[in-house]
Amino acid sequence: MAAKRSNEPFLWLLFSAGGVVAALLVPVHLFLFGLAFPLGWLPAPAHDTLLALARSPIGRIYLLVFCVLPLFHWAHRFRYTLYDGLQIKHLNELVNTLCYGGATVGAAFAVYLIWRIP
Amino acid sequence: MAEQIALEITRYSPERDKTPSMEEFEVPLRKEWVVLDALNYIKDKVDGSLSFRWSCRMGVCGSCGMMVNGEPKLTCATFLNDYAPGPIRVEPLKNFPVMRDLIVEISDFLAKLSKVKPWLIRKKEKPISEGEYLQTPEELDSYRQFSMCINCLLCYAACPVYGLDPLFAGPAALALAQRYNMDSRDEGKSERLDVLSQHDGIWGCTFVGECTQVCPKHVDPAGAIQQYKLTAAQEWVKSLLMPWGGK
Amino acid sequence: MLRYTEYPPRGYRVRVSTYWWTGRRAYLRFILRELSSIFVAWFVLETLFQINALAGGPSAYSDFEQFLRNPVVIASNVISFLFVLFHAVTWFNLSPKAMAVRLGGKRVPAALIAGPNYVAWVLISAGVAWLILRG
Ligand code: SF4
Ligand code: FES
Repeated sequence: MAAKRSNEPFLWLLFSAGGVVAALLVPVHLFLFGLAFPLGWLPAPAHDTLLALARSPIGRIYLLVFCVLPLFHWAHRFRYTLYDGLQIKHLNELVNTLCYGGATVGAAFAVYLIWRIP
Repeated sequence: MAEQIALEITRYSPERDKTPSMEEFEVPLRKEWVVLDALNYIKDKVDGSLSFRWSCRMGVCGSCGMMVNGEPKLTCATFLNDYAPGPIRVEPLKNFPVMRDLIVEISDFLAKLSKVKPWLIRKKEKPISEGEYLQTPEELDSYRQFSMCINCLLCYAACPVYGLDPLFAGPAALALAQRYNMDSRDEGKSERLDVLSQHDGIWGCTFVGECTQVCPKHVDPAGAIQQYKLTAAQEWVKSLLMPWGGK
Repeated sequence: MLRYTEYPPRGYRVRVSTYWWTGRRAYLRFILRELSSIFVAWFVLETLFQINALAGGPSAYSDFEQFLRNPVVIASNVISFLFVLFHAVTWFNLSPKAMAVRLGGKRVPAALIAGPNYVAWVLISAGVAWLILRG
């Protein structure tokens, strides 16, 4: 009586990993780049300093994790919010494609951009 | 005359009414009275046709769950005094079809309950001559909390996912599945996982967490479901790494 | 005999309102928690622009910095920041529920799992800030 194999565990693992990254790393980035530097609370780092950080192998991996996992975190949560908040479970397929598809496109874009860092 | 308190109670008779309506009753406000006492007072003294379920009057049978001022409550454990001066709104449990007045139709839950196989599954029973299945206090402790459920369904009334998607297995059934999964005497984990690692099973839960808040027995169904998700995810990784592992 | 059907035909059914999440404070908190993911995704996009600008050289990057100083962008980042904090706090507080850690036969109390989350949060944030500010 094996039931249909479900890919939910995989999506949930991505969601959870993304949730951890979003909780641990996003706030400090958002605070520094989104608030502290533009408002002049802290001296903004120069372009070459940041580039040096971003281009190192560890920097690239870090950025990849930072961008890709939270996108899948978003996809998962947003999908359920659309289902439940708007009661559109019948548009299941469409919502799934939109959310996970969007995250996948975003992830591919991230890979491309990070790859391209000179 | 003694102090009175007003109760607004849902009335619905499938033969007579198209939709439920509210009816107001006055009952004496006694310090030691719970909402269920007020309902029984009405049934005895005012309107014998008022229908509701109850049995034990002591928070054990789980049959007296209703919405009290919009919150799912065991009416035998909800004191009138806490709501004084009233009025107190008493409605049937949310998310279930109403059969009459305060009585809801719960066969959906019963069917789901049996689907999660809430009993000990053994691959092979050992003969009686070999004695009982022993369990240490620690082993008991690991599932004890989940075994406290009295099937009162307050958690279903608090769960928006169940309200939106009646196919969702729901908090108590999933917590009970976990109760047997965690039991050291049980060998049915993978059988249950097949049923429950589905969208209608654990993955339907979005961790709103209200089931845990309203549970009168501190079962923590929300926690049980998240723990189950973790286990299911681990199983999934394992089956990925060892596809030949089988069960 | 009453037979089970997945949608019991008997009884009066109330359809859940589309605005169900306004019904209880906890539901509203839940929806806000879920919506925080939009702000997370939005900031990831901002970061992708940033990476693009970084790769584009100093002048492209100073254009990007200029964009971040736009009051509308700052306002949106303030809102995002509040949502992201809300996400972090709810995430750390809920994680002990999903992990029933047992030590010596006893379940480790929730605060002992959530606590280290916060410590890690502070340390990692400080580490990241130090790396970025050092230069
Ligand atoms: S889990 Fe709690 S609220 Fe739900 S049915 Fe069991 S005792 Fe009632
Ligand atoms: S009457 Fe039994 S639980 Fe309330």
